[in-house]
Amino acid sequence: MLDAHLVVERDRFRLDLQLRIDSGEVVALLGPNGAGKTTALRALAGLQPLSAGYIRLNGQTLADPDRRLWTPTERRSIGVVFQDYLLFPHLSALENVAFGPRSHGLPRRDARARAAGWLSRVGLAEQARARPRQLSGGQAQRVALARALAVDPALLLLDEPLAALDARTRLDTRAQLHRHLAEHPGATLLVTHDPLDALVLAERLVIIEDGCVVQEGDAATITAQPRTDYVARLVGLNLYRGRASEHTVHIGPGFTLTVADAATGEVFVAFPPAAVALHTHRPDGSPRNTWPAVVTGIQRHGDNVRVQLAGPDGIAAAADVTPAAAGALRLDPGQQVWAAVKATETRTYPA
Amino acid sequence: MRRPASGRAPAALLLPATLGLAFLVLPLLGLVVRAPWATLPRRLVEPGVLTALRLSLQTASLATLLCLALGVPLAWLLARVQFPGRRLVRALVTVPLVLPPVVGGVALLLVFGRRGLLGAWLSNTFGVTLPFTTPGVVVAEAFVAMPFLVIAVEGALRGADARYEEAAATLGAGRWTSFRRVTLPLVAPGVAAGAVLCWARALGEFGATITFAGNFPGRTQTMPLAVYLALEQDLDAAIVLSLVLLAVSVTILASLRDKWIAAP
Amino acid sequence: MRVRSVLAGFAVAATLALAACGGSNGSNTGSGAPASATSITGDVSVFAAASLTESFTQIGKDFEAAHPGVSVKFNFAGSSALATQINQGAPADVFASAAPKNMKDVTDAGNADGTPTTFVKNQLVIAVPKGNPKHITGLADLVKPGVKVALCAAQVPCGAAANTALSAAGVKLTPVTLEQDVKQALAKVKLGEVDAALVYRTDAKAAASDVDGVEFPESAKAINEYPIVVLKGAPNRAGAQAFVAYVLSAAGKSVLSAAGFQAP
Repeated sequence: MLDAHLVVERDRFRLDLQLRIDSGEVVALLGPNGAGKTTALRALAGLQPLSAGYIRLNGQTLADPDRRLWTPTERRSIGVVFQDYLLFPHLSALENVAFGPRSHGLPRRDARARAAGWLSRVGLAEQARARPRQLSGGQAQRVALARALAVDPALLLLDEPLAALDARTRLDTRAQLHRHLAEHPGATLLVTHDPLDALVLAERLVIIEDGCVVQEGDAATITAQPRTDYVARLVGLNLYRGRASEHTVHIGPGFTLTVADAATGEVFVAFPPAAVALHTHRPDGSPRNTWPAVVTGIQRHGDNVRVQLAGPDGIAAAADVTPAAAGALRLDPGQQVWAAVKATETRTYPA
Repeated sequence: MRRPASGRAPAALLLPATLGLAFLVLPLLGLVVRAPWATLPRRLVEPGVLTALRLSLQTASLATLLCLALGVPLAWLLARVQFPGRRLVRALVTVPLVLPPVVGGVALLLVFGRRGLLGAWLSNTFGVTLPFTTPGVVVAEAFVAMPFLVIAVEGALRGADARYEEAAATLGAGRWTSFRRVTLPLVAPGVAAGAVLCWARALGEFGATITFAGNFPGRTQTMPLAVYLALEQDLDAAIVLSLVLLAVSVTILASLRDKWIAAP
Repeated sequence: MRVRSVLAGFAVAATLALAACGGSNGSNTGSGAPASATSITGDVSVFAAASLTESFTQIGKDFEAAHPGVSVKFNFAGSSALATQINQGAPADVFASAAPKNMKDVTDAGNADGTPTTFVKNQLVIAVPKGNPKHITGLADLVKPGVKVALCAAQVPCGAAANTALSAAGVKLTPVTLEQDVKQALAKVKLGEVDAALVYRTDAKAAASDVDGVEFPESAKAINEYPIVVLKGAPNRAGAQAFVAYVLSAAGKSVLSAAGFQAP
């Protein structure tokens, strides 16, 4: 089990992250570029010194600057899959995987046998003699995974393990990775900026922005109740924060939403882009949430068209409409429209 | 080595390149033209020639091994370890490049000579003296040639991705294992190139050798020394010796180049 | 101090060599003008044996004082190297050789103007470190165990003279080194790397602060004669003739004999 408080201070950046991962648990560390994900991974691996805090793995303290404790990387029970794998180019796939066991003192023959076992587990027995440059991207990723797992690490660290792959390979490799992570008895930390990787591979998500945790929880909670714009964008929701009194939430001086769930105090209001309807004129009738907005962008989004809107007080929203509707509205950037959301489509939860 | 199909070298490059080549090759041509071809076979089998050649090849090779043993770790230190005064150390490493070799030889005498800083102790404690011995030749050649190796290897190390060493560390490899099994193989072409340069420089070494190790046939008289002394009496003999040294070294360098540092 | 003086010696030698290479003597003197002490001007370029360094430098100063407007440029080096340079067309006015053989190379090539004159003789002494720690009194002492000896290589005049003297004495000596010139052999004594070296008396005298010169009777069998000549292609013929005349004059002779040379 990993129990860590990672504090890393650099020029203008501070990472401050509490992290607990049980043995057998897979946690995804999710965040935008520059949030400190890789720094956290490197700190856990011992490739980046801690400014403060501690790292405990299976009851053993690996780092604690206050007590001047520091275990160098090579003596930590870890396995790392790097973003670009860093397979040793001068060694065959088999020797790459055998490198860890040999460094841990296994005789050459045993290390190779172990490596061969791991290669066949990831389905690459045939490629044992291949050099890294002869492997496809997906194969290289699997060799990297086998290499990291071959030392039976108490903590497995994966840095954007699928980022270097094309879309099709990614799908297959993700599924295989899922299986191997599920079988891994140690703790696993997956660093990624891809929400799909995180949702598929991890049981729990830790989301950081600017070096701090902004939200933590299982996939269902996070997709249902995002707490920052970044998370909302990740899960594809419009998200607003405001003061609620009963069914009314004041978001800005000129922007109020009527919601289905009654609440009081600081709340988040979230609704999907598909819930937003667009009209050329102010609609009459049932929707009680309407506001004027300017079209700022139009993109294809799956089978629909996603329209970016700027409303009163600069409040942004995204709306998904069918191509037919977009055609009928003759949407162009800069055009004035009316947006409408039914109260029943919104979700409200305490901030 | 293949030229791109559309590639025609621009005259602005071709002209100076040709001049540069001519500048390097013409003196060689001068030696070949002026060589006493009629008496060449007789001169080649003179015992002194082979003795000096053998000694040159042996000492240059030993000096290269010495440089590898000491220079590669030094290059690693300069490329990979942050320590105060690193820039100064890097500058010091290049000193033998700018020092006239004769001065280098005197400096070596002042350290390793019979009354030198270390030499006196070596002589009194172990009865070892370096000047006027074959090991002394190796020391003099290594002193002059080592910067070539260190600079080449340090460049290769800086060019190599240090993250491979991090990857090795995450797999449980200590710094030594990581150096031996990852870093060194990665920079092997750079090490080979540096060793070849180092060997070539050691082979042609004259000033430091004659000053530090003296000149005695079979013991410390390498080819360049033999050439120099032959010049005192017999220009033809000097030319023959020079050609032998050139032919042997160019043959060896060309074959090594193909084997070790062939373009990938 | 010893260190500094040796290094300074190298620096001076290098500077002189550069000055000589930079050769200034153009066609700034009227070649048709009669050689009179009052009319000579410009640079006089003198190629002189290395063993003449100290005495000729002094003579040069005296000569310049006697002939305002004249500047003497020296190129001191081994006599054979100087002979090669002259025969390859180096612009020089005067050649002073440490051995008739090297002079003969120049006259045979037709590069001398007139017949060379022997202006001094030099003979060998045993140079030993100051105080003569190994108590060397003659050539026979040089073969005692534990005595390291440096000789000049047989290809250079001091080496040839040493071999003549040794065979005259019936001494079979194995030196630790055969140095490229007499100054190098002397430097090895100064540095304490050898216990003795056979050098010219003048060289031992010039280094009197560091070495003692031990005279030995067999040196009479190996006397070295120094010829001097004006060169055929002399750019400053008048200056060259005046300089040679000055060397042969009483003033020149007194400088030379103070340096340890003998009259011819």
